[in-house]
Amino acid sequence: MENTNYDAIILGGGPAGLTSGIYLARAKANVLIIDNSMIGGQTILTHEIANYPGIENTSGFMLANTMKKQAENFGCTIKSNAKVERLILDSDQKSIILSNGESYTAKAIILATGGRSRMVGAKGEQQFKGMGISYCATCDGDFFTNKEIIVIGGGNSALEEAVSLTNYASKVTVVHQFDHFQAFQHAIDEAKSNSKIDFIMESKITEFKGEGGLQEAEIEHIPTGKKEIKPINGAFIFIGYEAQTEILHDTPVKLNDRKEILVDSNMQTNIEGVYAAGDSLAKRFRQITTAVADGTIAALSALEYIHKK
Amino acid sequence: MTLPTNLKHFATAQELTEVINSTENVMVCAGRMGPMCIPVYDVMKTLEESGDYDHVDFRDMLFDSPETSILRNLPECRSFMGLPFVVYFKNGKVAKASTSIQNMDMVKTILDTEFVK
Repeated sequence: MENTNYDAIILGGGPAGLTSGIYLARAKANVLIIDNSMIGGQTILTHEIANYPGIENTSGFMLANTMKKQAENFGCTIKSNAKVERLILDSDQKSIILSNGESYTAKAIILATGGRSRMVGAKGEQQFKGMGISYCATCDGDFFTNKEIIVIGGGNSALEEAVSLTNYASKVTVVHQFDHFQAFQHAIDEAKSNSKIDFIMESKITEFKGEGGLQEAEIEHIPTGKKEIKPINGAFIFIGYEAQTEILHDTPVKLNDRKEILVDSNMQTNIEGVYAAGDSLAKRFRQITTAVADGTIAALSALEYIHKK
Repeated sequence: MTLPTNLKHFATAQELTEVINSTENVMVCAGRMGPMCIPVYDVMKTLEESGDYDHVDFRDMLFDSPETSILRNLPECRSFMGLPFVVYFKNGKVAKASTSIQNMDMVKTILDTEFVK
């Protein structure tokens, strides 16, 4: 019969959750990791990782897979593609109920639910996903060979991917909502020096249009409200990430106004025995390395709590 | 040429044609080993292992293989510009096709609608 009672349950199987699992299970805690998608989190969406210390170059998939194997080898039970229906956190014994009716209990919970790509929210965005709108230049760039595209965003991802997309597209227009970029100077310089790239600043997309596939974007100049229709074949969206915390909205876990989880320096939330780690936290920098650090602290704090119980 | 996943693969167009014509429900994911495709293979493997979809044959196919033109050139995929291309065949005919990354709920919704047990 399957064990349903654990020392710790970790929600989220990205780098933060897997690191917590590795530390807890290595300390002989009985651990369950649950993810609503594939194990690996946003790491698996990264083609190349070159700044993870100790590993010169790898893919996100490989790194996540190695972390998963480590967690399993130390004894973690892992459930992927499992949807959490309900959380009961404000009692000594915490409970998690899945949408398939399975339920699990634990002394401690670590919330490592991560983030997801932010969407523009413009009309037509869902309709043209995969039919002109993409969130991955490396995956879909070659569909836009000799076509005109826009890249939405002004951070490092947006500008780096705009440059990379000039290998395929005939023209790339970067549309950004502010009058300045958030990217590092080297990324800005590289994009600005590329003759295939144009910029439309202080503007946002209000609608994607087309028949069969994407053909036009309606762009609004934010200060004046003036709208223009730009004929395009594709749009790549890189406007950052948002915390994935919907499952916490009906719980007493404190979130900030961006719906990110608030924790203290031990990664403890406002609820005893409930910790959090990774990209779902209210914090400034979101990297694999910071997620791993958060996951370590959360696991060690949770261990102390479990041992006191 | 096949994908290095733990799903069953189609290596040739002939193999695909034979299976879709002899199997009532077939879900085929044509992709690469990239960030938009790998999560879809994982969803398919999870559903296959769950036992809830024993009436569906889950397969993948290497998007860049010349043999995969049988899927790439389907009228239902003509406007697709995002990987992976996923095609659901019911008694040899296209019941539904989707493009770009899909999560578990999206895939289950299609399976439960098109491949009713």
